[in-house]
Amino acid sequence: MPLSSRHLLGLQGVPKEDIQLILDTAITFREVLERPIKRVPTLQGKTIVNLFYESSTRTRISFELAEKRLSADAINFAVSTSSVNKGESLKDTVRNIEAMKVDMVVIRHAAAGTPLMLTKLCDANIINAGDGIHEHPTQALLDMYSIREKIGRLEGLKVCIVGDIAHSRVALSNIFGLKTMGAKVSVCGPSTMIPKYIQDLGVDVIYNIDEAIQENDVLNVLRIQLERKAREYFPSIREYIKYFGITSERLEKNKKDILILHPGPINRGVELSSDVADGPYQIILQQVTNGVAVRMAVLYLLGTLN
Amino acid sequence: MKLLLKNTRVLNPVQNLNEKNLDILIENGIIAEVGKNLQQDSSDVKVIDLTGKIITPGFIDIHVHLREPGREDEETVETGCNAAANGGFTAVACMPNTEPAIDSAEVVEFIKKQSANHLVDVYPVAAASLGRKGEVLSPMAELKDSGAVAFSDDGVAIKSASLLKRALEYSLMFDLPIIEHCEDDSLAGGVMNESFNSTLLGLPAIPNVAEDLIVMRDILLAEYTGGKVHIAHISSANAVNMVREAKKKGIRITAEVTPHHFTLTDDAVKTYDTNTKMNPPLRTRKDVDAIIEGLKDGTIDCIASDHAPHSIEEKEMEFEYAPNGIIGLETSIGLAFTELLHKKILSLEELVLKYAINPRKVLNINIPLIQKGFKAELTILDPDLVWTVDKTKFLSKSRNTPFDKRLLTGKAIGVINNCKMFFDGKFTSI
Amino acid sequence: MNIKAKLVDKEGLDRILTRIAHEILEKNKGSKNLVLIGMRTRGEFLAKRLQQKIKDIDGVELPLGVLDVTLYRDDFRTRLKQPQVSVSDITFDINEKDVILVDDVLYTGRTVRSALNALMDFGRPSSIQLCILVDRGHRELPIRADYVGKNIPTSLNEEIKLKVEEYDGEDAIYLVEAEKK
Repeated sequence: MPLSSRHLLGLQGVPKEDIQLILDTAITFREVLERPIKRVPTLQGKTIVNLFYESSTRTRISFELAEKRLSADAINFAVSTSSVNKGESLKDTVRNIEAMKVDMVVIRHAAAGTPLMLTKLCDANIINAGDGIHEHPTQALLDMYSIREKIGRLEGLKVCIVGDIAHSRVALSNIFGLKTMGAKVSVCGPSTMIPKYIQDLGVDVIYNIDEAIQENDVLNVLRIQLERKAREYFPSIREYIKYFGITSERLEKNKKDILILHPGPINRGVELSSDVADGPYQIILQQVTNGVAVRMAVLYLLGTLN
Repeated sequence: MKLLLKNTRVLNPVQNLNEKNLDILIENGIIAEVGKNLQQDSSDVKVIDLTGKIITPGFIDIHVHLREPGREDEETVETGCNAAANGGFTAVACMPNTEPAIDSAEVVEFIKKQSANHLVDVYPVAAASLGRKGEVLSPMAELKDSGAVAFSDDGVAIKSASLLKRALEYSLMFDLPIIEHCEDDSLAGGVMNESFNSTLLGLPAIPNVAEDLIVMRDILLAEYTGGKVHIAHISSANAVNMVREAKKKGIRITAEVTPHHFTLTDDAVKTYDTNTKMNPPLRTRKDVDAIIEGLKDGTIDCIASDHAPHSIEEKEMEFEYAPNGIIGLETSIGLAFTELLHKKILSLEELVLKYAINPRKVLNINIPLIQKGFKAELTILDPDLVWTVDKTKFLSKSRNTPFDKRLLTGKAIGVINNCKMFFDGKFTSI
Repeated sequence: MNIKAKLVDKEGLDRILTRIAHEILEKNKGSKNLVLIGMRTRGEFLAKRLQQKIKDIDGVELPLGVLDVTLYRDDFRTRLKQPQVSVSDITFDINEKDVILVDDVLYTGRTVRSALNALMDFGRPSSIQLCILVDRGHRELPIRADYVGKNIPTSLNEEIKLKVEEYDGEDAIYLVEAEKK
């Protein structure tokens, strides 16, 4: 069965079968990444544009690598090198790109809903690489893949997302995806960083990090933005570390067996202490490798859809 | 030139007039006679049969943005007035957030001049503070003398409680209202209502408490100063309740609501259609229900469209970047008839109060009488006409509406004012 | 499946595999340097049986790998259905080896072409020899098999279905009517 949609805009409303198919297909690409020649000719002749309106080295490189390993022609269109600075509207940019006959567009944008808008402006398959504080579906898929690879299942697992939930696209996509796959999801962070209506999504809210560690099989720890604006949501970094920072003492004290994910880049010593970031519980670098495989799976499944 | 309107129902609550099968004879823009079976005495009488139609005092929309001066690419006084006539209005009050703002007699006079020969009367609402900056009071007395009917920093609330207090005190001298866009500045900045939907959509949100705080502030200051506050585009349930309580205490407060705030909820935002982006934002079902309650019991005095024209290229932007607002002059009455009259929420008389009588009371404007010797300022309604909104046919310069292709029941089919008639899509002199 | 004839039964298939095992050893002068690679799905099981036969004859267990060629196919644009991909499982180094590539039916040659490309991405074998149970003709590419179980010329409205116990529940080769498009 192919995917039920020709775009990947988010994980809200994506059926379980689709997520299952992407995760299963990613296993194949994970194997390709272990080969001496890490490239297959599957998307030969396909042109994919990485349209990045917001700088994101990691996600862009991961997509670019995934595209190249599928033998697609990848073009990077980044804000700093484009006509965006000249005030061209998104509509004109997209129409121009489409006139160059591209098959797929991977878009990262600071404004929520932009990927959906793109589906109305052009015929290419659209993949959301992060829109505002809305969704970042491939990150959630690679998180789920990594959890499943390590623990063997998602169904019935208890996963807690820790940090600034209100301003995180990773959190929302993880919540949608994990809930669909039958996991029990909770969020933990300062109450100013928990959206008022999050419980309506069927998510538990925990304010005590020790309790979150005790109660869960997996912690997906988000990056805390250290800029001034984000800092308005909690009194000080010191206080954040004291009440929400994950340290090995805290892990030892509460529970031995836990899996820690982090989408990167890490603020060492803030959301994760350095020994935890390098320690035995985390799978941060596996996530990065799996990210390429999961994105290859998404590109393959959308790019070979007739 | 004479005009004879035949076989119509005539409705004017202020005259206790509600009678069927009446004829109205208009001579040189003045009502010459109202009665049954009026005979045409000469051949130069234009006769229009209005069987099944209703004639009321001309409707007025007291919250429109005409964009002139400043953004004539989006709307001008003339095109805005054309849209008003096409929507069934004989008068509008235009908001001061133009460029420059309506904060001097010159700008008021300019707008008056631009609308001088039009069917539609334009009543300028002047800025309450210079440049709407919230720092110093505008020359309110002079603005009043040149024709301003109210004061507002619309687009934002008057910045500080102290300035609002002074504006209310100063306006006591001539008893004009302060119209308030109620939104606490420090809670503003979002692009939709804060709700479960904003969580799902990942859009920065404005909580309804941002509106409630300013409504409460304004009620307290109206009570304290004895001044008149008119709450523009009320949208939250709490605000409706506070206005209701304030009215019970005799505080001089009035309120208006837009058709979109009693028709749509923030579910409409789910498509990221920028024509569902406005300020105040679309709220929840609970808020809409409270608004409907407020319309029924008279807490909400008027219906006004907050007609806010925007260019196509601005509304085609990303949702978060697109400007707030939708046009409403040409859909307002259709929506009110469909959502309120035909759903038996308001009676026809109540609709006439909200569209023709109460708004004029808010602005101290004379209410047109349908009576021999008075100026003919009339709206002609067909309450049962089923029609489909077609934005390409709008007379407004802009097209930003979420109601395109919507099927509506009830429409204003013509207006008469200033010796002019708009009927069958054409302006004629009468 | 509309069967026109059963061409080979269980014993027949076993005899073919025995013969091919002998041919492989004869041509390569023993089993030294050989590796077996079966193509998903049925080629995998046929290769496994060849592995056993060669072990029975020569006493050596050849390395066995499985190749999935989905990602190398050239028909993504024309097929209506999206093929399901699975993992290739080649745990040994194929550099400088003599690879015996095993598949059930040879038809247009396009699958074998995909397999050759895929194998090249795993390394540089000394040689690749193609082992096929049925050659039904109609080649579209210049490809021929080194070991052929049976030549069965077919018309275009016929197909060959090879079945293996492990996957289909029986060992047999059928001539069937082609499924209508």
